Amino acid sequence: MKFIDEFRRSDLAKGLVSRIAQRSRTNVRFMEFCGGHTVAIFKYGIRQLLPSSIEMVSGPGCPVCVTSNSDIDKCIAFAQLPGVIVATFGDMLKVPGSRSSLQRVKAEGADVRMVYSALDALSMARDNPDKSVVFLGIGFETTAPTIAASILQAQEQRIKNYHVFSMHKLTPPVVKAVLDTGEVKIGGIVCPGHVSVITGSQAWEFIAKDYGIPCVVSGFEPLDILQCVSMLVEQVESGRSEVEIAYSRGVCHEGNVEAQKLMHRVFQPSPAEWRGIGQVPGSGLKLREKYSRFDAERVFEIEPGESYEPEGCICGEVLRGVKTPHDCALFNTICTPQSPVGPCMVSSEGTCAAYYLYGGDNRG
Amino acid sequence: MPRIICMAVTTVAEHDKILLAHGSGGKMAHELISKSFVRELSNPLLAKLDDSAVVPFSGKLAFTTDSYVVSPIFFPGGDIGKLAVCGTVNDLSMSGAKPLYLSLAFIIEEGFPYEDLAKVVASVKAAVTEAGVEIVTGDTKVVHRGSADKLFINTSGIGMIPQGVNISGSNAGLGDVVILSGTIGDHGIAVLSKREGLSFSTKLKSDCAPLGGLVADMLKATHNINCLRDPTRGGLATILNEIAQQSNVGIRIDEEAIPVREEVMAACEMLGLDPLYIANEGKLIAIVPSADARAVLKAMKKHKYGKEAAVIGKVTEDKPGRVVMNTRIGSSRIVDMLTGDPLPRIC
Amino acid sequence: MCLAVPLLIKSINGKDAHAEIGGVSRPVSLWLTPEAKVGDYVLVHTGYAISVLNKAEAEETLRLLVKIAAMDGVEG
Repeated sequence: MKFIDEFRRSDLAKGLVSRIAQRSRTNVRFMEFCGGHTVAIFKYGIRQLLPSSIEMVSGPGCPVCVTSNSDIDKCIAFAQLPGVIVATFGDMLKVPGSRSSLQRVKAEGADVRMVYSALDALSMARDNPDKSVVFLGIGFETTAPTIAASILQAQEQRIKNYHVFSMHKLTPPVVKAVLDTGEVKIGGIVCPGHVSVITGSQAWEFIAKDYGIPCVVSGFEPLDILQCVSMLVEQVESGRSEVEIAYSRGVCHEGNVEAQKLMHRVFQPSPAEWRGIGQVPGSGLKLREKYSRFDAERVFEIEPGESYEPEGCICGEVLRGVKTPHDCALFNTICTPQSPVGPCMVSSEGTCAAYYLYGGDNRG
Repeated sequence: MPRIICMAVTTVAEHDKILLAHGSGGKMAHELISKSFVRELSNPLLAKLDDSAVVPFSGKLAFTTDSYVVSPIFFPGGDIGKLAVCGTVNDLSMSGAKPLYLSLAFIIEEGFPYEDLAKVVASVKAAVTEAGVEIVTGDTKVVHRGSADKLFINTSGIGMIPQGVNISGSNAGLGDVVILSGTIGDHGIAVLSKREGLSFSTKLKSDCAPLGGLVADMLKATHNINCLRDPTRGGLATILNEIAQQSNVGIRIDEEAIPVREEVMAACEMLGLDPLYIANEGKLIAIVPSADARAVLKAMKKHKYGKEAAVIGKVTEDKPGRVVMNTRIGSSRIVDMLTGDPLPRIC
Repeated sequence: MCLAVPLLIKSINGKDAHAEIGGVSRPVSLWLTPEAKVGDYVLVHTGYAISVLNKAEAEETLRLLVKIAAMDGVEG
């Protein structure tokens, strides 16, 4: 497969592994902020190939994991409205809210349907004119422009029963928030590849400038990740802190300007609640007034009930990279993929799910 | 009451949809069974329509049952009927048994099109013919609209285990070779491609096939086959984990050795799936002492359902109960069982 | 969630395209990449193309990695 197989070549991986081993002298911790990277690093056994001087840590990069319990409760409340079809990416189905989950209310009769794309939700609205479709808008800058496009498409096609509940979030503000807690000493950042396709590598310049931390944008193939680590090591060893791109076939400095335009046309920044971190100003996206008739929160009245976190769940600390799943008393005892307590376990990109699935005998 | 009498004397073919009366044991049910099922699947035992089929038997008997709820019921390369036969025939073959007799039970949703039922029965017929088995008893129920999703099928099967054959998931031994009969993921992806909301198209077909003949050829090469399993629901990863746990051994596999079709890889990339966890309906895993591996592999490659057979790993004492994979980039990682169910109703 | 896959555009009709990878094809929206042409490889995320892949950059990257592998004594 083009643009995939070439970036999985084992001979080139060996070369990068060898270079990293030769060049890495300083003990350093690199943090990634993308659920896709969390999974890829495990799937390709990257940690095994790195010298002991390098520690890889996961940050809050899984959009499902950082969604607050109160937002999940709202999703469930939408699903319980009569005449509403909730369309959602698969990742959200099993996430436990304060009392229930979408999967559970679906089993109780709510019309919840999994989609691969906002376009599928739009078709659903078109095919079911007597119902209202509420699409659960989750994801970072990679996904938000696609949702924005779907709203513009709905407007163009005069589809009146398509709505979005926006839980979209922006990555740079949360990276800043995590760095500002100072909880974890980070020596380099693996910048999210597909978010950067949209935002451009320019989005991370504040990290290199204001925090003096090296940043390299990485793709998701094993060679991308190894090349990223190699470039981070070079920066660390030469005392530089810049933003570089190890995914140049997809990412450039300015990003996808058209996508940024669409995103800003439909959405405006708003404060957002990040699980485990709290409120981060300007880190969320809500629909602009002009598109309020597509805004599920403004069109429907819901009673999500009181929201509370499950006892003993330390997803928040895992998300900030302060603790690993092994530090959690619930990990692999009460909290497993079959019966998850917190979102880090149930999301396919959650740190706990990745540790459980790939960590094997390192389980607590 | 005139209306009901009227319905009772009309033939099945005049109804294009299955009705509740077709399952109630009365005249319409009898018509359906004799015209559509017995006639199609004709064999003397079934034609007797006794409450039980009585068959001669001696030796060790293998007995299995499975219910089939796949959605959609028609998919590229097969349908629920073919699946229902092959699935149960293969379960028998995995214990080394020669599959002989099957039961066939339908649970039909009221309103199910008769034409579709006829297609499914025709598939059942084709599958039993290829597999060399007979359907000797059956049952038909029709439930209210909404109480079943179109059509559910249950098949149970019995087969005879030849002398000297002792195959079980707990028999894997250290140093044994792990052989896979062909490409993985074909069935699951073929079914997914027809599922609503995922709009991708592919020429990929389900690999649904009866494996009795392949197993017979393998046993002709040697009786020293320790384990046989077909990686259906949960995929290759789950089956290997089950064997590792049952036999309390470690299993190490090589990513590069596992045959996967390009289309399956591509669909998995698009949907974020891993071929290791995707259902197969016409493949098997054989765990064989290393001395016998070459002979078994040779026999498999000669058979139409084993042409792409490959050695994918071996049984080790390292990490008993677990499966470890050597990745293509020179690292290794644990391969766990499927947790949860990302692909509902593939089988 | 940031899953995006490189697909080859086979046909375009306005803002809609049909693209394929490894024999699997699907509809792709070009709302975010109006500049995409037939024959381009695009990164597709949830049914939308988010970027046209830069072939030259990809080749450059691979050349660099081959050099690194050669320098460090591995056959490239």
